[in-house]
Amino acid sequence: MASVAQRRSPGLIFFSTAFIVFWLMIATGPFIWTVWGSFKVQGDFFSKTDWRYALYGVRTITETGDAFTGNGYFGAWIQQEFWRNAFNTVIVVTFTVIISLTMGTLGGYALARSGFRYAFWLLMAALVFRAMPHITLVSGYLLPFFEWNLWGHLPTTIIVLVAINQPFTLWMLHSFFLNIPKDMDESALVDGCTRLQAFRHVIIPVMWPGVITTGLFSFLLAYNDFAVTSVLLSQENQTMVPKIASFLGTVRQQGQVMFAVAAVVSAMVPLFFLVLFFQRQIVSGLTTGAVKG
Amino acid sequence: MKHKTFFWFILPSLAAMLLFIAMPLVSVTIQSLFVEHDQVLVEVENCTPFKCESSVAVDQEATAVLREERPLGQFNGLGTYTNRSHLAFAEVGEAWNASGSLYDFGAQLMNLPFYKALAFTITYTAVVTPFVIVLGLAIALGVNALPQLVKGPTIFCSLLPMIVTPLIGSLILFWMVDADGILGAALQRIFDDDQLSLKASHSLTWIMLIVYGIWHSAPFSFIVFYAGLQTVPQETLEAAQIDGATRWQRVRYVVVPYMTPLVVFITLMQLMDNFRVFEPIVGFSASAKATSLSWIIFNDLRGGDIQLFGSAAATSLLTILGVVVLLMPVLIRTWQEFGRKVV
Repeated sequence: MASVAQRRSPGLIFFSTAFIVFWLMIATGPFIWTVWGSFKVQGDFFSKTDWRYALYGVRTITETGDAFTGNGYFGAWIQQEFWRNAFNTVIVVTFTVIISLTMGTLGGYALARSGFRYAFWLLMAALVFRAMPHITLVSGYLLPFFEWNLWGHLPTTIIVLVAINQPFTLWMLHSFFLNIPKDMDESALVDGCTRLQAFRHVIIPVMWPGVITTGLFSFLLAYNDFAVTSVLLSQENQTMVPKIASFLGTVRQQGQVMFAVAAVVSAMVPLFFLVLFFQRQIVSGLTTGAVKG
Repeated sequence: MKHKTFFWFILPSLAAMLLFIAMPLVSVTIQSLFVEHDQVLVEVENCTPFKCESSVAVDQEATAVLREERPLGQFNGLGTYTNRSHLAFAEVGEAWNASGSLYDFGAQLMNLPFYKALAFTITYTAVVTPFVIVLGLAIALGVNALPQLVKGPTIFCSLLPMIVTPLIGSLILFWMVDADGILGAALQRIFDDDQLSLKASHSLTWIMLIVYGIWHSAPFSFIVFYAGLQTVPQETLEAAQIDGATRWQRVRYVVVPYMTPLVVFITLMQLMDNFRVFEPIVGFSASAKATSLSWIIFNDLRGGDIQLFGSAAATSLLTILGVVVLLMPVLIRTWQEFGRKVV
């Protein structure tokens, strides 16, 4: 139902629609191009002769006999054993999300229900911690981790990612818990529950929307991280993103670049589905902080 | 909530933050005061039948033992901060005295790694942030005017540049603008120059990274503004229209004031995120022309054969100092607001 104020002149509608279409081309064009190109050979995807080679796969047909080829994917996943890195990513991401949500819900709940001055200072400290570039923290870990033989293992990285995640998780869950009326758990306390029981029986059943949203962002942080995983993991424990970076350094020969392209597209697919299924939660999560002011 | 209950609830989270965020800061501070051991030199005498010559050689074994025993290195005080790869006081003073003009002085500063990285980091932060805000608002206004049916898919597509891993996003753009990529090759054809490459020029590399930054962050400000637009009351807009306000005036005097708190929020988040710009430099392989503070720390840790812990730690502390300066206005404001609330 459009109100009077929303009525627009045809010229303006044309202009704004054209602008959005232009933006959509910029936003999605590179992804579509790269996904399409990942099924071609290098001569087509990086074609100097004619850019349309990448569309029709002229060289792909001469080299492989078909307009589409899975060679890049075969090379990346089987020859270069990218599946190991994918498996490592699954481990790191799963545990990071579970542990940081467990810690975060407890902490966020406490912060939301405590009116003391130190709760405010903790939140402020968390804000400053959130602003810290991750690589500066990593340079502090490295020497102690080498000395105590903790370097290179997946659990170390998981704990570090959980800790780096905490400030953000605390802030987000804190504002979600503020939205849950105080009366709910306080009436449970009056009925003789302890804090933990009130949390267990009253808060946990209603907190899932907030937890899922926060979990999505923890997932993104762990999945997208490059600074921590590339420095703290040994060669055999690397996750997908640092592995892609080392693909770049090692080889630029015929065919090899396509391995990297295929790996990049493979790492993109889970994110694509994440947005597809959780668009509403991501949008609400991005705006929680803003609406709170 | 009682102090004791609060403590037990917050303990896991607090312990994680203390151990892995506060402690590394201590560790960084200590590391920055030390520097790697010099190699142990021994004098070796080589005797030929005619005469004996003594020469100096590196005692590999003793060096290894020394490194093993004291991994921190030797105490260097504030030496690391003032050396050539960091604040470089001596070099800056020399450049100041030698250079005739400010421009010349700036050019000489750009040869010092720390100042080069600082210049790019600040430029990137200062350019990307306002562009992201303006572009985000424009997209939000545009999407808001679309029919309901296509809004969902539009938001889905708009989110992609932000959600995708920064390293992957920059690689995807890099492969397109690289000399063999579709855009790079097109540019070469347009300017009829086979050697044209965005990577070869300082300013083009900077522009390329900044464009990536805007592309990556615009969806964030778009989403925040779009959510904000839903809260602008229709009555005020209609009242303004009845009073004869044009469309532009309605946007300028009704919508924009409603967006001001959001602008503060986006600016804060963008300043924090853009100041740690790092992945695009790796993705675009741009480190020859543009480095950031985060990148030089990474390079100290992973670049050479020997890890320069002292150097990385000193840069880290200087970077953290930069973050604190950046956040100072926000912290002061929050503190004042909190003071008012309590009193």
